[in-house]
Amino acid sequence: MAAWTPDQPLVCIRDVHLAFGKVQVLNGMSLDVMQGGVVCIIGPSGAGKSTLLRCVNALVPIDRGSILVEGQEVHDVKLDKLQLRRKVGMVFQQYNLFPHRTALENIMMAPIHVLKRPRGEVEAEARALMRKVRLEGKEDSYPGELSGGQQQRVAIARSLAMQPDIMLFDEVTAALDPETVKEVLVTIRELAEEGMTCMIVTHEMGFAREIADEIYFTDRGVVVEHGPPAEFFANARDPRTRQFLSQIL
Amino acid sequence: MIPNATDLPVLKPFRPGAPLPGGELACAPTFRFPSPHSRSEWRGEGNLDTCASASAWGASAPPLTPAHAVVLVMALAIAIGIGQAAAAPAAPSILATLIKWTPLLAQGFALNIAMSFLAMGIGTVLGFVLGLALISLHRPVRGVAWFLTEFFRNSPWLVLLFYCMLLLPFELRIGDTIVPLPGWMKSTLGLSLAVMANVAELVRGAVNSIPFGQWEAAEALAFTRLQTLRMVILPQCIKRMTPPWMNLYAILTVGTPLASVVGVSEAMTLTGDILAAENRSELLVPMYLYLLLWFFLYCYPIARFTVSLERRFQVR
Amino acid sequence: MRVGPLTDSCYTIPRMTDLNPIWDWFRTLHDTTGINLTIFYDPFDRARFFNGFLTSLRLMTVCLVASVVIGVVGAWVQRARFSPLRALTQGYIQFFRNTPPLVQLYFFYFALGSYLRVTGPTGLTVPAVSNFTWAAIGLSLYAGAFNIEIFRAGIEAVPRETIEAAEALGYSRLKAYVYIILPLAFRISLPALNNNLVNLVKTTTIAYAIAVPEMLYVANQIWSDELNVPEMMNVLLVIYVSLVGLLVLVMGRWERAMRVPGYTPS
Repeated sequence: MAAWTPDQPLVCIRDVHLAFGKVQVLNGMSLDVMQGGVVCIIGPSGAGKSTLLRCVNALVPIDRGSILVEGQEVHDVKLDKLQLRRKVGMVFQQYNLFPHRTALENIMMAPIHVLKRPRGEVEAEARALMRKVRLEGKEDSYPGELSGGQQQRVAIARSLAMQPDIMLFDEVTAALDPETVKEVLVTIRELAEEGMTCMIVTHEMGFAREIADEIYFTDRGVVVEHGPPAEFFANARDPRTRQFLSQIL
Repeated sequence: MIPNATDLPVLKPFRPGAPLPGGELACAPTFRFPSPHSRSEWRGEGNLDTCASASAWGASAPPLTPAHAVVLVMALAIAIGIGQAAAAPAAPSILATLIKWTPLLAQGFALNIAMSFLAMGIGTVLGFVLGLALISLHRPVRGVAWFLTEFFRNSPWLVLLFYCMLLLPFELRIGDTIVPLPGWMKSTLGLSLAVMANVAELVRGAVNSIPFGQWEAAEALAFTRLQTLRMVILPQCIKRMTPPWMNLYAILTVGTPLASVVGVSEAMTLTGDILAAENRSELLVPMYLYLLLWFFLYCYPIARFTVSLERRFQVR
Repeated sequence: MRVGPLTDSCYTIPRMTDLNPIWDWFRTLHDTTGINLTIFYDPFDRARFFNGFLTSLRLMTVCLVASVVIGVVGAWVQRARFSPLRALTQGYIQFFRNTPPLVQLYFFYFALGSYLRVTGPTGLTVPAVSNFTWAAIGLSLYAGAFNIEIFRAGIEAVPRETIEAAEALGYSRLKAYVYIILPLAFRISLPALNNNLVNLVKTTTIAYAIAVPEMLYVANQIWSDELNVPEMMNVLLVIYVSLVGLLVLVMGRWERAMRVPGYTPS
């Protein structure tokens, strides 16, 4: 296994197959994410997008195929999953904040207990992260006291605290009110502009068009078409893509 | 309560596989951890209504207003009055007799309470360990824990008491020390076995009712399973478990008189002794009502407190 | 062949002599290992224990049915508009929930029973109500109190919108109750109800305290005669756990069959 170099894709997904019972969720997905790039995955419901993200993070095992993150095979049985998860950060649709801890503690918990970093250092960084996601002043609030958009931003900060190399966003705005969607999207855009590699599953087409370097359209477990946003939205080649785009745009 | 899209998932009943707005599965069915069962199983025990919402399943306790107190006192007075009417004229009044025997009854009742505390304490500690074994990743551990839990949950408490009283030795010899095991201690151990099984089931149900997203988020942050349990799952469980746990305590307390059947000298036995000593048939109803009142006055506030706790924790 | 006056039951013993080989095996077990299971190889103990088992079953069945009936009626009464009736029901529930069932049983049998005496054929007063009946009454009232709460919670858990929809369709209050509310409420309360019924079955053992000849009592008699306490205790444990386990299984099956997809917590 050759050492990974930045000219190779950060995440390299090749021909991944996965079935849940009788349902074939992933049917030969292939994807590339370059370092610093933003990849948006769009597609109809049930196309396996969320499942794919979970496969990248080794939350779900695959039946066949390969997923390489920084040159390391994710589904190798000998892989240290904890090492992997320090490199890959994930933000969920349902935020999944720990409700019994304040927002600041949510952000601080993982670096202290998993990375074993000293508390003072971690706290300073956590406060900086809260400032970055524009939630200064809410450090001592519990998740139950925050709005959906605020909680989602705390969730993003929590993943950032682990200093990952790539961030996975699983339909993070789908559970939010329209007013709060924008604040989260702004946060994600700032992240991307700073050079964070992102894989975003989203239904927000405007956002995808604006921020993505490459858009992948998936349907029924396969990648139907992909390309840079300008080309993709203007000149979609595949009829399925065109049908999907006509329904949503 | 209809959950809002922005409500914390922790407040919603957990339903894996329920389609999200996007239509995809909320979580992948292949888990790293043993699959949280798709229902918050709250089967309780010993007339335990250990459902997550204790008030929904029966721990309701309407507030006692002064009117209720008046009714209770009137009921007792009527009972005493009837007894009085039937009494021989030269005998001391029923009320005086009750008051005369109150200190002794208090002693017996104190033993009941002591037994309940001890049994609850031992049972909770053991039950916690057993509950963690029930959610273990190793099948043999889970199997043994399941067997123990089901066995002690399905045994009638009186049979367990008999078992402990008759088959445990009356003293333990550990090395050179001799630890005496008095009767009440053996009964307490018997009761704590029953409590252990119920607490284990409570723990398992509480852990299973934590939304799967919490496990996922902790896993995505590279927490180990032990860290996840210790820092994320169990702290949230404590709150959920408290109302049913208090319910269990109330049921345990009203179960302690069972020890009188196996010969422990607690409130029930003493009541019997008192009635035998007084040998007055008109004392029967007031005396038993008096004993019932003691238990009622102890357990009713606990029931009220449980309901208020539950409303405060607001977990459905 | 009737069992003699030592037991209170009228059950005839089936032809157990056909099973002699099995009984003999237990006798050899006793001879070789010392495990003394007289309830198998001794016909008298066998008869006693079997009758005790049947009495237990009878008590359990009566209590199960009666407590469910009390629960249904009580839940209905609790919705009545006549508030003293509601207060009375509430008082009944709180009394039976917060006091020990054993003391309740003693109260019924000894205290109330002492007033309910009739003159027997010999001229002496005998209790009008047998101890089995008192046990059944006491336990049914005890479990019934819990059942009322369970059914009430189930009824309240039916969403108001569903009832409004029923009324908008023209259902009368009674019809809505019977066709819409009750089926849903029943399914919602089924887990808790099953729980309570299982607990009731376990609680029937306290009838031992008032000398009802159910399994525990008869086992006590047997081990006093034969001095085989550990064996009898183990047999008792196994039988009770199996009985309760069987009930749990059946109830669980029933619960699963009655589940409404997507509605009840699954």
